[in-house]
Amino acid sequence: MAVAERTEADSNPADSPNAPSAATGGIPTVIADEVHIVYRVYGGTKGKGSATAALNRIVRRGKAGRAVREVHAVRGVSFTAYRGEAIGLIGSNGSGKSTLLRAIAGLLPPERGTVYTDGQPSLLGVNAALMNDLTGERNVVLGGLAMGMSRDQVQERYQHIVDFSGINEKGDFITLPMRTYSSGMAARLRFSIAAAKDHDVLMIDEALATGDKKFQKRSEARIRELRKEAGTVFLVSHNNKSIRDTCERVLWLEHGELRMDGPTADVLKEYEKFTGK
Amino acid sequence: MDLSFCEPLQSEDESFNVSESTHDGAIAVSPRPGSDEGLSPAELAAKYGLSQSGARPSLGGYVKQLWGRRHFILTFSRAKLHAQYSQAKLGQLWQVMTPLLNAGVYFLIFGLILKAGRGMDIRDYIPFLIIGVFVFTFTQSSALAGVRAISGNLGLVRALHFPRASLPISFSLQQLQQLLYSMVIVFVFVLSFGNWPRWSWLLIIPVLVLQFVFNTGLALILARMGSKTPDLAQLMPFVLRTWMYASGVLFSIPLMLQDRDVPTWIVDVLQWNPAAIYMDLIRCALIDGYSTENLPPLVWPAAIGWALLMAAVGFVYFWKAEERYGRG
Repeated sequence: MAVAERTEADSNPADSPNAPSAATGGIPTVIADEVHIVYRVYGGTKGKGSATAALNRIVRRGKAGRAVREVHAVRGVSFTAYRGEAIGLIGSNGSGKSTLLRAIAGLLPPERGTVYTDGQPSLLGVNAALMNDLTGERNVVLGGLAMGMSRDQVQERYQHIVDFSGINEKGDFITLPMRTYSSGMAARLRFSIAAAKDHDVLMIDEALATGDKKFQKRSEARIRELRKEAGTVFLVSHNNKSIRDTCERVLWLEHGELRMDGPTADVLKEYEKFTGK
Repeated sequence: MDLSFCEPLQSEDESFNVSESTHDGAIAVSPRPGSDEGLSPAELAAKYGLSQSGARPSLGGYVKQLWGRRHFILTFSRAKLHAQYSQAKLGQLWQVMTPLLNAGVYFLIFGLILKAGRGMDIRDYIPFLIIGVFVFTFTQSSALAGVRAISGNLGLVRALHFPRASLPISFSLQQLQQLLYSMVIVFVFVLSFGNWPRWSWLLIIPVLVLQFVFNTGLALILARMGSKTPDLAQLMPFVLRTWMYASGVLFSIPLMLQDRDVPTWIVDVLQWNPAAIYMDLIRCALIDGYSTENLPPLVWPAAIGWALLMAAVGFVYFWKAEERYGRG
């Protein structure tokens, strides 16, 4: 298991005077113990998806032949994250990065294995709670409440969220329904709402690449700020540069398995070799 | 920390293993004294007081969490209600128009063509019909929304952390607000057929509260079932329509069955069903010509009993699977 095998290089503290608390008996914030996650997909059977085909399956194979396919998205991943770490998650599309984050957040129950966490990890993302038919104004309130902010907190931060998003820079757009926004505007508002909350363990799923250059700068600054406040940060990204800039440790997932776990430079070197860059 | 290193788990890549071993050689591998080496993940978690992510809270803790989310629940229900007609030109006017048109259709078919009133005075029958339709719709749409509460909002369930019962409760609350719009129409019809306000009108408040509690319990049960078996959403409309015809929405159960050779226990079962109880209580409260003789005995204890039973069973049943919503 990863935890047991974890080998500490900092037996000589002089080597890394600024190393986080792991050197002094690090305080773990997230422990994943042999986590397996399985998605069950209905109607995803091979072959024809027609009604007669479905009926055929039911008749022929009875209950065992139900149209369910299992997708084993994460296979036995174990690691321990410590306070003060920023951990990048890399891997090709569909390697289980986002799924693993959701499991850490306790949003997707593991099939086997356990995730232990300090406090309540939260995903940076609020998209699912927002409604396109509502005004930006109402969505700010709804999104804030959905993330678990109190009504007072939402009221207090409302103006800041709107200013940060820059939605009102080109007129009074916040009182229009969100479906009238351009995709960039909507993305900016979503990020602004999501980033308004403070988090213990923060997980960011490729949220950096939204909006125009100016907004990207602003959001990167906000993420650095969030990192300072948060105990541990997880960042999923396909952008090796943003991983290199933000993370000191990287987990590399491939086919749902933890392929490598180590310092950013080492893992990225192997990963780039693997992807043939 | 930047030097700490972890063995890969099930590495199959040959070239990768090579580079891995060279790396191992490069760093000092010596266990720290007094370190956490050798502790199992569970022991390590216990040592630092970590809790299991996504574990189900206790029943009391769950209630507390829900109470903490009350503003979200209310705001979410209002937002859903508002979003419903936001694309229509007449906008929120449809909140009132939809039930009105519904009542019109039922009146045309059952009142004028089929004469389901069975000799009931037309002045009583129309309010009777409209109250029946609206009050039953309240339960019906709560049930339908309940089935989809989890399965239709998987994105939300998988992205954010909140007690999942917020969703079915919020949907029931949305239906309650919808019903309040419909009640405007009810009052217009009741008044225009010569039923003047009486003190008994106030009785509809406790009745609607009880019905809301009943609906929420029902929605919680259906939400858990629907999260496991999404097919239920296809089946529910038929179940609910059967329930509607059996509950005396369009006709008075005793009047309809009185001349037929029907065992009395069937009449009892039909009348004691919760939908019929809440409907008849509201009819008695609002319509002068629909007296309490139409109610089964012990109707109030039954109304309260149904509400409390459904809410308690529904809440516990839903909570039991709290940690499993969102999978699949």
